[in-house]
Amino acid sequence: MITLIVNGKEHNWDGDPSLPLLWYLRDEVGLTGTKFGCGHAFCGACTVHLDGVAVRSCSTSMHEAADRHITTIEGLDPAGNHPVQKAWREVNVPQCGYCQSGQIMQASALIRQNPHPTTEEIRETMAGNICRCGCYQRIEAAVRLAATGA
Amino acid sequence: MFQYRVENVSRRGVLQGLGITAGLVLAVPVMSRRGMAATGMATYKTGADKMPHGTVNDPRAFVAIAPDGIVTIIASRSEMGTGVRTSLPMIVADEMNADWGRVQVKQADADEAKYGNQDTDGSRSTRHFLIPMRQVGAAARMMLEAAAAKQWGVPVSEVKADNHEVIHTPTGRKLGYGDLATAAAAEPVPDPSQLQMKDPKDFRYIGKGKVSIVDLHDITVGKAMYGIDTRLPGMKYAVIARPPVVGGKVVSFDPTDAMKVSGVEKVMEVKGWPWPSKFQPLGGVAVIARNTGAAIKGRDALKIVWDDGANAHYDSAVYRRELEEAARKPGLVVRNNGDVDAAMKSADKIVVGEYYLPHFAHAPMEPPVATANVADGKAEIWAPVQSPQGTLDDAAKTLGLKPEDVTVHVTLLGGGFGRKSKCDYALEAAIISQAIGAPVRVQWTREDDIQHDFYHTVSAERIEAGLDKNGKVIAWRHRSVAPTIMSTFKAGANHEAPFELGMGLVDLPFDIQNIRCENPAAEAHTRIGWFRSVSNIPHAFAVQTMVSEIAHATGRDPKDMLLELIGPARLVDVGPSVKDLWDYGEPISSYPIDAGRLRKVVELVAEKGEWGRQVPKGHGLGIAVHRSFVSYVATIVEVAVDSKGKMTIPRVDTAIDCGIYVNPERIQSQIEGAAIMGLSLAKYGEITFKHGRAMQKNFDTFQVGRMSDSPMVTNVHIMPATWAVPPSGVGEPGVPPFAPALCNAIFAATGKRIRHLPIGKQLEV
Repeated sequence: MITLIVNGKEHNWDGDPSLPLLWYLRDEVGLTGTKFGCGHAFCGACTVHLDGVAVRSCSTSMHEAADRHITTIEGLDPAGNHPVQKAWREVNVPQCGYCQSGQIMQASALIRQNPHPTTEEIRETMAGNICRCGCYQRIEAAVRLAATGA
Repeated sequence: MFQYRVENVSRRGVLQGLGITAGLVLAVPVMSRRGMAATGMATYKTGADKMPHGTVNDPRAFVAIAPDGIVTIIASRSEMGTGVRTSLPMIVADEMNADWGRVQVKQADADEAKYGNQDTDGSRSTRHFLIPMRQVGAAARMMLEAAAAKQWGVPVSEVKADNHEVIHTPTGRKLGYGDLATAAAAEPVPDPSQLQMKDPKDFRYIGKGKVSIVDLHDITVGKAMYGIDTRLPGMKYAVIARPPVVGGKVVSFDPTDAMKVSGVEKVMEVKGWPWPSKFQPLGGVAVIARNTGAAIKGRDALKIVWDDGANAHYDSAVYRRELEEAARKPGLVVRNNGDVDAAMKSADKIVVGEYYLPHFAHAPMEPPVATANVADGKAEIWAPVQSPQGTLDDAAKTLGLKPEDVTVHVTLLGGGFGRKSKCDYALEAAIISQAIGAPVRVQWTREDDIQHDFYHTVSAERIEAGLDKNGKVIAWRHRSVAPTIMSTFKAGANHEAPFELGMGLVDLPFDIQNIRCENPAAEAHTRIGWFRSVSNIPHAFAVQTMVSEIAHATGRDPKDMLLELIGPARLVDVGPSVKDLWDYGEPISSYPIDAGRLRKVVELVAEKGEWGRQVPKGHGLGIAVHRSFVSYVATIVEVAVDSKGKMTIPRVDTAIDCGIYVNPERIQSQIEGAAIMGLSLAKYGEITFKHGRAMQKNFDTFQVGRMSDSPMVTNVHIMPATWAVPPSGVGEPGVPPFAPALCNAIFAATGKRIRHLPIGKQLEV
């Protein structure tokens, strides 16, 4: 039996410990905000926080998630008003929106670790998250806005 | 005004929690009225009536008002990131003088008889639905006004609707839209010829760019519902092992090890169709499990023997040489003006360019996925599809059901780019659900997506330009060789169709006396499909690179060369040799090939993008322009290439003339995104084949643009337009000029001419 805390709530899993956390969250728990994009940590669509650090849930097994705190997009802020979420809306970042949960989780982890990232640091860190619609200019602007208010 | 079930609605944040389920007013059977001209506004013909089911302008199909005043507007087109789910309802709201803060948007199920065409592709939504949506709004407004006048016992001329209420002008009495909902629903729908349209100067939303997309809040909190997010009680999760070669099939399979995987419940063969089979599934072996992860693990454990079929020999490197050889020989003449052979003989100089663009994959961030529940002779499908009605019709045929027994719910699309115009994944879900008697969601992995796509065509383009002794281009011969999308529908189709030839080949807008376009044959060996901008990508790349090559050969400025080739402002007549110009399905009277507008976007981007500015060493500027989807787009790229050949893009400027526009903020986002898609295909995009199999699998081998590649700044310049200029496409036209502008910039920076894509390692030193 694996125990893990998802968005502050305890969950138990007695199935395959090698199951990627992504599919546990989406299909078993029903937290569909975390998206599937590639299955191999190439695209970042499935980014969640594991004890506060951004990880790709598609490449994190349930075994690795045992006894850890997981935060998904649904748990980032109770009202959806994390500074990164607000900045995303202010800048009208999304087009199709599919990758944006992962982008927001990556950006919020970045700002937590590095409250004042440079443009270069933003571009390097966020390069792990693919947006096929090409919202990068606005993602960069929104991360900067969330970090500095400008 | 009219009742229906409320579900899957999205509204702006402030309205979360207000219900409209209680006290809905009236159910009216809708016999939708076709789109017709109205008084009081400039109208124009479009190609909409040639699309299946045309357009509908009946307010009863699109608008409902609840007693609490909430106005529900139907979005009938699919949202894949263009903003259409916001823009079209916004048109209705503006024209009916509704307050956007009290509007909610509901996504239509597939039902073209009711809503008109729903096939969301070809950059058509605004150009076909701007007028019908205005008519819907105007009719709803007039019905509210008529109801209020009746209630007050005053002439309708004394009342006017404004900001969600109707006012009796002489007395200042007011009635809210909610108060009038029931009475308004009983009013006759005004005849289109009697509609009084708003004066565009009074628009509050159209053209302003102040309205955020309706799903913005939900997207940022993870609540927006895509195809992958459908969950039904008792639902199973499936993945499919598909034949690695198109046209292949299962010989035998051993499910033993797959069935041992924890969570796997069933393994079954899925029927495939003989190739070509339009959008029918490829077939294969499905693994059905309690979650997607288990299904994937189970599939990895399958043992399958395949018969690869007739395409097993497909080798894209060999094929490339065949295409390039074909482009060096005469082919089917698809446009002929003057006498190219004679002009070439008399030419002082001939500039030749041979270009090659490979297959690439759509790779929307949401891979194909669909959920189906087939039970008791009825089918219900939830899917991110660009073609709701086509999905319904194909599902009915595939399942052996009547169309009226099939329902297709359209979710948000996590990207589309043309991939989700083909509903094979929805048919797979329907087939499996029917077979297992339970709801099922079929998930494509990224490997499935990249290896079993309907790929963008592969193309060899060859252009010869004959110059006289003054450097003037007197002859132009363009051969385009590419397998056609029609090969997916019809065996043996081996020439580009009018809709492909018309994307930048035969509609060449240049002022050259002798022009010949040829299309040698090319046989397809995989599934070819629409990819955002379609054949405009190779055609524009060849033409716009050639312009730069001619400029270089004659010592001219590339922008001046481009303007000289476009020639004077005029409506371009391609001549009688072009049997079917196509013109994006539009009447040429409304959407002529306007060389004046083409010139103006070049001039606009040159001015705003500071063409000719000094750039640092190792930097270069490139320019390209292209008319596609009846819009005009010009792009300037500044590139920087360092001593190791690493490329960065300090700045991009794009000018677009898309006629009258509705949502400039979303035009800007589409053009920003087009730069990234253009960059992705230019720098990385390539699917290769060996032994009939796609060699790329995921984002490691099929790379796409990331933030670290992306331009430091992309400026978008929208050409102002009046209502006299009909609206034209936005979703696609930004893509084609990008790659040639980039490669022309690379030439300016390095002297290295890129003639085949992707750029890949060509710049490495």
